[in-house]
Amino acid sequence: MGNSITLHYVVPGDDFTRAGEASGSVKRTLKDLGFSPETVRKVVIALYEAEINLVIHAGGGEIDVEISPEVVSIVLADKGPGIPDVELAMQEGYSTAPDNVRSLGFGAGMGLPNIKKYTDEMKIDSTVGVGTTMYLKVYNN
Amino acid sequence: MKVYEIKEILDAEIICGEEFLDREVCAACGSDMMSDVLAYVKEQAVLLSGLVNPQVVRTAEMMDMQCIVFVRGKQPDQGIIDLAKDREIVLLSTKETMFASCGMLYEKGLRGGR
Repeated sequence: MGNSITLHYVVPGDDFTRAGEASGSVKRTLKDLGFSPETVRKVVIALYEAEINLVIHAGGGEIDVEISPEVVSIVLADKGPGIPDVELAMQEGYSTAPDNVRSLGFGAGMGLPNIKKYTDEMKIDSTVGVGTTMYLKVYNN
Repeated sequence: MKVYEIKEILDAEIICGEEFLDREVCAACGSDMMSDVLAYVKEQAVLLSGLVNPQVVRTAEMMDMQCIVFVRGKQPDQGIIDLAKDREIVLLSTKETMFASCGMLYEKGLRGGR
């Protein structure tokens, strides 16, 4: 106990086909470490939605994951346009995604609500014109 | 229901994953909206979709889904097939529509999972 693993990913902003690479990698790591399927699923669904957001909205970004036996902590940081009204963005169905993103199966305004649903802690720091940092925690059970 | 039963019921073509046809599927989800799939499906499931892009395979990967059925005869490109092979996900393609495909599987006892 007390040991933790840290992972770092750079998510490119211009390649939608690769969105999900980091989430898939984290999933395989958690499975290999023996985390419960329930915990793995919560982490990867939240992370995958957040990774898609980095690609759709922020022109890419960076993901840091810290895995300890008790908790998986994730920080996603981008230098995108920022979120003017976080509370509004958290509402189901509210979306600012362009139409081409909808044709790819996302952009229905479910990303942030899904992330909240699957994580135990979620915090967003966002400044318009500067970027957004999202902090997520999922406790292992 | 086994994956090979789904193939037979929908008269589907196997695109990849022939070696996994005896996998058990407990539920099904039909959607072109991947966020809905991520929000609602919980059990070992098959995904039916009219959407053909790599994110359909990645969504299935995140959800531990066994099999994807592309409806209305849609065919994935090689990049999608390679991704599915790597993740050991069965890809099927049926000429049936989404509505008909879901109805045919429901009639044979497959349910929605929640």
